[in-house]
Amino acid sequence: MSKAYELRLYVAGKTTKSVAALNNLKKYCEEHLKGQYSIEVIDLLVHPQLAEGDQILAIPTLVKKVPEPVRKIIGDLSNEEKVLVGLDIRTKQL
Amino acid sequence: MPSKKASSTSKQLSHELPKTPTGIIGLDEITVGGLPTGRPTLVCGSAGCGKTLLSLEFIVRGAQEYNEPGVFIAFEEKADELATNVASLGFDLQKLQDQKKIKIDYIHIDRSEIEETGEYDLEGLFIRLNYAIDSIGAKRVVLDTIENLFSGLTNQAILRAELRRLFQFLKDKGVTAIITGERGEKTLTRQGLEEYVSDCVILLDHRIINQISTRRLRIVKYRGTLHGTNEYPFLIDEDGISVLPVTSLKLNKAVSSDRFSSGIPALDKMLSKGGFYRGSSILVSGTAGTGKTSVAASFCNEACNRGEKCMFFAFEESPAQIIRNMRSIGMDLQQHVDSGLLQFYASRPTLYGLEMHLVAIHKAIRRFKPQVVVLDPITNLITVGSVSDVKSMLVRLIDFLQEEQITVMFTALSLNTVVNEQTDEGVSSLVDAWLMIRDIEMNGERNRGLYIMKSRGMKHSNQVREFVISDNGLDLIDVYLGPDGILTGSAREAQMLLEETGQVLQTHAVGVKDRELLRKRKVLESKIESLRSEFESTEEELNKAYVENAIKKEVLEQNRQKLTTLRGKNISDADSEDEIKKTKKKK
Repeated sequence: MSKAYELRLYVAGKTTKSVAALNNLKKYCEEHLKGQYSIEVIDLLVHPQLAEGDQILAIPTLVKKVPEPVRKIIGDLSNEEKVLVGLDIRTKQL
Repeated sequence: MPSKKASSTSKQLSHELPKTPTGIIGLDEITVGGLPTGRPTLVCGSAGCGKTLLSLEFIVRGAQEYNEPGVFIAFEEKADELATNVASLGFDLQKLQDQKKIKIDYIHIDRSEIEETGEYDLEGLFIRLNYAIDSIGAKRVVLDTIENLFSGLTNQAILRAELRRLFQFLKDKGVTAIITGERGEKTLTRQGLEEYVSDCVILLDHRIINQISTRRLRIVKYRGTLHGTNEYPFLIDEDGISVLPVTSLKLNKAVSSDRFSSGIPALDKMLSKGGFYRGSSILVSGTAGTGKTSVAASFCNEACNRGEKCMFFAFEESPAQIIRNMRSIGMDLQQHVDSGLLQFYASRPTLYGLEMHLVAIHKAIRRFKPQVVVLDPITNLITVGSVSDVKSMLVRLIDFLQEEQITVMFTALSLNTVVNEQTDEGVSSLVDAWLMIRDIEMNGERNRGLYIMKSRGMKHSNQVREFVISDNGLDLIDVYLGPDGILTGSAREAQMLLEETGQVLQTHAVGVKDRELLRKRKVLESKIESLRSEFESTEEELNKAYVENAIKKEVLEQNRQKLTTLRGKNISDADSEDEIKKTKKKK
């Protein structure tokens, strides 16, 4: 079964920000997208050539490839509200 | 920071700052060698002033001419857009990329795609940069325009901290970098990039004065080295950027004492030793229609006939027009064009600013390497600049030409209303020789008088010559100096005819007088003859009287004797008879 959410997290080594971002991401996904997501963690220190493809500047960056549109969320993902809006899980509440 | 600055300063003092040549014409001269090696340089300027082109040329020339691979990180344009934009300059980016000499990386930041939550850093950018540099062993890096980061990301504090880290990273990598930045309102760059880059800052500028645009370049600072401080005009054309490091400050150029002909034999005769010095500058000035262009063209023609390369900058007429016009006075310039000795460079003065003209002239001369250059006319350049601008441009042009030992002839239009001759674009003091052609208006016709106002370093005639343009070319004729002053044109012809007539008349008059003298002599002689015969007759007359007298006297004597004898017979007839006989016998 294909996952509804394909997420990619770009990190550069095991920095505190990267670890925090990955933990946060896992937590949100378990809460809101249980069973319909896949997370791919890419360490740019290992694969620097991959940074170009997704236009990665900042670290850590979360890229939502599917569903469209492609969105990028940068930072340690500490703000749950913004992450969920960014992933189109929750619409922005005004 | 202070400790680092101090150490770098001492390092610069101990030895010459290493520099990386840019390969951009002129820029390396201004910077005395190039950009600081292993350090970032900031190139800033407003939109459309050529920042991207300058930095791209730095990369391309580095790859092509100095064998230094380069990375171009584009934040504004995609790699293929860039390639298209610079293809017109003859830069084949794709080929260079395939040869692994350059790498173009496009970094796209779209704010709508990005959400920011919490802490982050730009390690991704560093990794990409590092990867790009290492993959081709780059020595040169361009970040164009890094300020785009500020529009894509909102956390300024992080950005600034990361930028500082970025510049340090570039220094650590030992790459020579160019960072471009938009010009800000009061600061050099909108985001104050100049506070991060402290080694070298170049400011580009694009100004419009009197509707004519001029690009200029200035080195705001360049730590630890000499550099030109002026604003230098630069040109973007089919060969990329050329900056003009205009004036050399020293007056120590080599001089030549070679001379060569001006193309007008009579003019050469007015100069001692027959012509102008090689590498000198000659100004031909005169009012409209005095034949300045013809003088210039004949100068060119002569140079080509000697087999020298000649470049004709025409600011007024098209090459075809000049060739046609010169053919009418028996000069075939087309053959020289065909043989490649003569090249025309025609452009409208208003095409670009004065400085641009200078740059363009420079480029053209550098490419063609002529020995003789003609500018016809410099006065037309006034339309794009003030007199003082033109003067300063010409100073630099003459300077450059003399450095290259190129002989130059300018023509300048002087207006009839300008009384003071010394103000001819103010260049008269700069040139080595100055020919002036003047209209001499007399008896309802206009004639041209040519004289040499000055000619440095040689004797020259101070006489006004009549300048004649005929089907066979140009010639100078001695003007007629008569009792009424200088006569030219038909007045001169008339005077000469008049003199001829006088001559004939005089010859005739002399003949008449001669004959009269002859006649008088004849009369005199005949008079003498008649007097003589008169005298003879008088003499005869007188003689006759004298003889008669003598005879009479004798006869009287005889008679008296006879009488005496007759009387004496009485006394001694015989004696007296004898005496008488004796007397008679004696007689």
